[in-house]
Amino acid sequence: MPKVVIDEARCKACAFCASVCPKKLIELGGPINQLGYQPAFFSPDREGECTSCALCAEMCPDVLIEVFREEKAS
Amino acid sequence: MEERIMLKGSVALAEGALTAGCRYYFGYPITPQNDIPEYLSLHMPERGGVFIQAESEVASINMLLGAAAAGARAMTSSSGPGISLMQEGLSYMAGSELPCVVVNITRSGPGLGGISPTQGDYKQATCGGGHGDYYLIVLAPSSVQEMYDLTIRGFELADKYRNPVMILGDAILGQMKEPVTLRDAKPVTYDKPWALTGPKGRKPQLVKSLYLKDGEMEVHNWKLAEKYRRLAEEDTMVEVDEDADADIAVVAYGSCARIVISAVEMAREEGIRVSRIRPITLYPFPSGEIRRVSEKVGRFLTVEMNTGQMVRDVRLSVAPGCDVRLLARPGGAIPTPQQILAEIRKALE
Amino acid sequence: MKQVFKRPETLIKTTTHFCPGCHHGTVHRLVAEAIDRLGVREDTIGVAGVGCGVFLYDYLAVDVCEAPHGRAPAVATGIKRVNPEKIVFTYQGDGDLASIGMSEVVHTANRGENITVIFVNNSVYGMTGGQMAPTTLLGQQTTTSPRGRDFHYDGYPIRMAEMLATLEGVAFAARVAVDKPANLRKAKQAVNTAFEMQAKNMGFTFVELLSACPTNWYMTPLAALRRIEEEMIPYYPLGIFRQRKAADYL
Repeated sequence: MPKVVIDEARCKACAFCASVCPKKLIELGGPINQLGYQPAFFSPDREGECTSCALCAEMCPDVLIEVFREEKAS
Repeated sequence: MEERIMLKGSVALAEGALTAGCRYYFGYPITPQNDIPEYLSLHMPERGGVFIQAESEVASINMLLGAAAAGARAMTSSSGPGISLMQEGLSYMAGSELPCVVVNITRSGPGLGGISPTQGDYKQATCGGGHGDYYLIVLAPSSVQEMYDLTIRGFELADKYRNPVMILGDAILGQMKEPVTLRDAKPVTYDKPWALTGPKGRKPQLVKSLYLKDGEMEVHNWKLAEKYRRLAEEDTMVEVDEDADADIAVVAYGSCARIVISAVEMAREEGIRVSRIRPITLYPFPSGEIRRVSEKVGRFLTVEMNTGQMVRDVRLSVAPGCDVRLLARPGGAIPTPQQILAEIRKALE
Repeated sequence: MKQVFKRPETLIKTTTHFCPGCHHGTVHRLVAEAIDRLGVREDTIGVAGVGCGVFLYDYLAVDVCEAPHGRAPAVATGIKRVNPEKIVFTYQGDGDLASIGMSEVVHTANRGENITVIFVNNSVYGMTGGQMAPTTLLGQQTTTSPRGRDFHYDGYPIRMAEMLATLEGVAFAARVAVDKPANLRKAKQAVNTAFEMQAKNMGFTFVELLSACPTNWYMTPLAALRRIEEEMIPYYPLGIFRQRKAADYL
């Protein structure tokens, strides 16, 4: 399961999320959505680099990002 | 038990509001209606209510909007210039279908004008007053008893139709003292499932007057129009003192209608056959009764304390060919019974 | 997997009408989170001012009353006096609150009405198409200050949080910004504090949030974020200007 889930259908491509990601794991320019924007998307195959810091979600003005973290095995 | 006591008009009105279950008053001082807020500032808290002296009439009407949206019976009172400042809020309340009672103890105008009795706000009161396609329910008391009774009725009508009600009085009605019978019966109340109380156990609710989607506003306007049609049908009030063989009918409302009573008595003593019509609701205007009387009486005299405002509604109501005359005294001047009698004689020449 | 960031329940999941990079969505979220945190969604009534924020009712699952332009604090006063046990807040922009509604907000604050005012300051009229606001910065071009705001003609931008902080009825007055994660955290704290103080009947609470309107600033969203930091914050300092410790004035 991915750590960062972006609701790409509602994204307006403001790029706030990408601008704050400390590891630059979010890109802009996905396939045009129904609103007419090229949405943000999580860089493929870089899941392992995400620390689930959730800065992207905090910054998204349309609150379209959900962030998950793997629970540590006890 | 019903109680009969001497009361000043303003106090009777305030007592009427309390009897109607009004527990929220918001207002700003302006002469000649200050007796109302002064009385309520003392007595509203005693009966578990809230009195707020707002920073302006603009704030008053919007506090009223909030209290009405929350489902409470609420009132403000003011005069001429203050009522003008409330027009935006009244338009919003009519648009949002919020009930309230607004009292206008008029000042003569335009501008700062004067504080003597006048009926110069008829036009503003009966034509809606603010922007958009709406009306206020306008009640015109003519005695201290009616200052009390019509205020109670005003709260009932406001809730029944979810529309602002205006009580239109003047300094004569506000300042004079008369015996008043205080009501024993409980006022009629209405459920308000639309009120904003927080969405506990139900879906969130909204009070609004903004309609931007295609066609929405027209639908809403027609809904309001249907309400005003029903109002006219069910709740038009008028007092008719009819002489079946009258040669003339005199129309007047409010304090002015009291003077007309004296003039009509004097005319009848002279053998003049005269009917008297007193609109109690100015909106809806009692066009039906005026039309009915005018089918039999070819001459009308309208007496008003302005330059002639209600006369236009009388002319629109009468049967074709009926002669409608006007005796008008604006600017705080008060017509005398003798003057009205002279006009009646002149009309019959 | 544990969810570390999710939409607050009070925030309705829908597509907003806001432009890309508009901060209304962010401020809505902060308000929704404060309501969720106190568990008071079912006891909350919002009052929406006129402007882009008017559609509050499409986005927050609370009761909402529309107010005429600038009059939200008066409307909220009426609602709160009828429902003193409910949470009541206004949501207003800078044209609504600092221009046409100056009188209402000042007197509501001065009465110490136990409500929360959320003030979105983006230094421009948004919904009407980018006209000059009382908070428009000197030199800022708008559709009605085409040569840039000039104090000789238009006066100076108004600092609302500081001004209201001088009033005895005010329990909390703060200015925050939502331009970057560090500022957002403080913004969240401020909004939480304001609602919490209301719940404790401590009086009038006010949070001014410096926000972006990229469309009417003629900027990309990212450039608008930089403008908040480089131009707005220097003129509108962030901070808490008044905070009562207890309802000692009651």
